[in-house]
Amino acid sequence: MTIADMVNILNAKVLLGEDKLDTPVYTACCSDLMSDVLAFVDEKTVLITGLTNPHVVRTSEMLDLKCLVFVRGKIPTDDILENAQEQGLVVITSKLTAFSACGLLYDAGLRGVPVPTAWDTED
Amino acid sequence: MEELFRISYPVAAADYVNAGKASTDIKRRLKQLGVGGDVLRRVAVASYEVELNLVIHSMGGELTLTVFPDEAQLVSADVGPGIPDVDMAMREGFSTANDEARSLGFGAGMGLPNMKRNADDFSITSELGKGTTISMSFKLAQ
Repeated sequence: MTIADMVNILNAKVLLGEDKLDTPVYTACCSDLMSDVLAFVDEKTVLITGLTNPHVVRTSEMLDLKCLVFVRGKIPTDDILENAQEQGLVVITSKLTAFSACGLLYDAGLRGVPVPTAWDTED
Repeated sequence: MEELFRISYPVAAADYVNAGKASTDIKRRLKQLGVGGDVLRRVAVASYEVELNLVIHSMGGELTLTVFPDEAQLVSADVGPGIPDVDMAMREGFSTANDEARSLGFGAGMGLPNMKRNADDFSITSELGKGTTISMSFKLAQ
């Protein structure tokens, strides 16, 4: 699907990156824990989060993420959005909860990023 | 080995507002030097993690990037307080981060293991009351 499809599915509002909505997306991750996002995400994916602080954008920047999806109707402050704009990030916001947003996107074909866990190295 | 570029950034303790700005600059400068792809992302993530550690855990320190033709080095050196048990600190999930850091989405105990995972070479030395030095190197594609 494309980011435009995500916008439709989530009935979301586009805050930044109107010109990049045709970007294809295949995977997503959902977390409010940036430590885990930094540790587990290895690909240019979509981050779904309810956390709105400058570090969400910085984390996206370090990982070269494509799109930030804020849930529960959250909108970050202007300075955070300016930072996201400098990086060329697409930012959208949806009134849905993280659970519902993830469920709808999964149902439409989006999949989670492959995540290596400690279990994988135990055997 | 010929040093191409070196820059140091002072990082203040508990300065959560500016945390990450050094790493943003490091990423930008490496990109200007033609570094890209997987290695650029790994340097950026490790740099951000170590910069956050300086802000969250140290009494202040310095982050230094040195670039050689085939390698980038990141060194974080702080002025204390030092880590009582480095083996414990290296364990995934172990964290001594405070509530402020946790409220920003950090303190999952993934920082040090994630630096080690992203760097091609990683070393840490720490002395209580003196400070901690973390050195990482990354092979650059020719």
